[in-house]
Amino acid sequence: MKIIKDKQIIENSWRHIADDEATGSGDITVSLSRWNNEKSTLASHSGDIGIRIAPADNVADIADELNNITLVAVELPAFTDGRAFSHARLLRSRYGYKGEIRAIGSYMADQAFYLNRVGVNAFEFENATDLALAISTMNDFTVKYQESSN
Amino acid sequence: MYQYNDDDQTLINERVTQYRGQTERYLKGELGEDEFRALRLMNGLYVQTHAPMLRVAGPYGLLSSKQLRMLAHVARKYDKSYAHITTRQNIQFNWPDLKDVPDILADLASVQMHAIQTSGNCLRNTTTDHLAGVCTDEIEDPRAYCEIIRQWTILHPEFAYLPRKFKIAVSGSEQDRAATQLHDIGLHLIKNDAGEIGFRVLVGGGLGRTPVIGKVIRPFLEKQHLLSYLEAIVRVYNLNGRRDNKYKARIKILVKESGIDQMRDWVEAEWQQIKTSMEVSDERYAEIQAHFTPPTYVTNAEQDNSFDANKEQSTAFATWIKYNTADHKIPGYRAAFISLKAPDSPPGDITDKQLDEIAALADLYSFGEVRTTHRQNMVLADIKQADLFELWQKLDALSLATPNIGTATDMICCPGLDFCALANAGSIGIAKEINEALDDIDYLHDIGDLKINMSGCMNGCAHQSVGHIGILGVDKKGVEWYQLTLGGSSENEAALGERLGPALAKDQVTQAVSTILDVYIKQRLDEEKFLDTVKRVGVTPFKEAIY
Repeated sequence: MKIIKDKQIIENSWRHIADDEATGSGDITVSLSRWNNEKSTLASHSGDIGIRIAPADNVADIADELNNITLVAVELPAFTDGRAFSHARLLRSRYGYKGEIRAIGSYMADQAFYLNRVGVNAFEFENATDLALAISTMNDFTVKYQESSN
Repeated sequence: MYQYNDDDQTLINERVTQYRGQTERYLKGELGEDEFRALRLMNGLYVQTHAPMLRVAGPYGLLSSKQLRMLAHVARKYDKSYAHITTRQNIQFNWPDLKDVPDILADLASVQMHAIQTSGNCLRNTTTDHLAGVCTDEIEDPRAYCEIIRQWTILHPEFAYLPRKFKIAVSGSEQDRAATQLHDIGLHLIKNDAGEIGFRVLVGGGLGRTPVIGKVIRPFLEKQHLLSYLEAIVRVYNLNGRRDNKYKARIKILVKESGIDQMRDWVEAEWQQIKTSMEVSDERYAEIQAHFTPPTYVTNAEQDNSFDANKEQSTAFATWIKYNTADHKIPGYRAAFISLKAPDSPPGDITDKQLDEIAALADLYSFGEVRTTHRQNMVLADIKQADLFELWQKLDALSLATPNIGTATDMICCPGLDFCALANAGSIGIAKEINEALDDIDYLHDIGDLKINMSGCMNGCAHQSVGHIGILGVDKKGVEWYQLTLGGSSENEAALGERLGPALAKDQVTQAVSTILDVYIKQRLDEEKFLDTVKRVGVTPFKEAIY
């Protein structure tokens, strides 16, 4: 599967692991609750660990650990659920997170512009044709009123 | 008024291009129904009973004559030659073709207008007092603050997918003419003990299914913190507002369920983190305020004698002055209301010809500007008293001088079952019936200050719950019924109307309104206004007369 990262289409190296699924090897993301429950065992995982932030999660809970995390995935279970926008904004502006923020779930290519503005720099889509479209929508506007992450 | 700079213009031009692409993808089947729905709503486009409805933003109700002419052009070219003024100072077209909307938006963009965020679960058009800058009870002109809020809301990247819609209103005067207590956020410009001007901030007001009066979340907010405080409220709402049930998703429910104290704690905690980084500087305010400097009034306007002479000679003119004009802060000037409540026309509707003619009158008499009001009328805000007679004659010839502002036939009314896909019952027809029943202008003036608000469904677009008389259309097994309430108000003493009794059949509504007015006339003391009588005697005498 290909994804967008920093406006380039690249091969994805991460797997999203369910809470009851074996971690296996390689780069994986886990839910925030699994991270909190299994931190010590996950520390010995062979690949990198990323954390998935569900809409109801509080990103402040991982504020102290962000230096050691290379990927935070913000989840949009439906395109109408706008909490991911605030999560990304807080990760960048309040907690100074410099790693990858990836939007995952069910959302529109047309939302890539706003997601990018609040600090999301990587995008996974269910439909591969959305990749090129999402990159183009990130250039929809050349002016803006609000300060944000981008 | 505010004039776009290159960046403002670029932004709305780019928005048109973006929406044109989205429309093309939808028409080619590349964009799903639900996805396009969200995108079109954020460009003001609903799909209604007969046709799409396009809602164009009237930023805090202020329009130039050039913009009015463009609205007339849009009405002629893309619609059935009329438009409709909404309770949030916007302008609606009821018959555009979905495929024409990008062209309409391009036409509007050419005169610095847009339909951005006039619908959808996002930050909506900011509204204010239609007498801003000219009224006699003003603490400070709110319009520069409105423009600063407008810019902050437009394409806000974090708050485009809120749990539900979000509306902000600002009042700069002692008398609240902007229904600020019934908005998600209401801002009142006030002066503190030290003489500094800032904002009293209210949160969680709203109409619709669950009408609630807003609560004070911060009694005094320093001006420089305006945007950081708004951002804190909306962020707290975005993260904590309910998304499981759209009828419980407005911020008023969050405030109700968490309590105002908890809400305040959340907002204050968030605000402390961002207040220094989002300050609005004095220079920034000055730059925007420069767009709202008063026009060049003549200094001897009050020396004119014709105004008093004309009032003496023409009772009709004197009546129009009494009901359809308001005091102005400059001696010798008045603000003139354009009544969009002529007896034979649906409340708030205006034709292309009327729009063009009003543009000409604005150019001739009122510095080329017009305002829309939240009671669905318009205002020419700066008329010299010497010009009022001529203006009145011209408005009268256009059927725009019905002397009924603030009276029973100045009804707020939604499009109802005739146009709206959400409605359960008709409203325009009942408005017409009430109008016909109250066609005696002397009787109307004897009744005096009365606000009748009528909505065709629970969503309450016509603010029935804060009408002095509220009428709510409901559907019972396919039949239209009407629930009446008494004693509501959206002004300083905001109150929700009390239910009068069981819903009435369609053919009983007009009679019930007449009965209510008869009871008022019997019960009132001296010059007591309708609302005061209802407050004093309660709903029982009215109830007994009707049921």
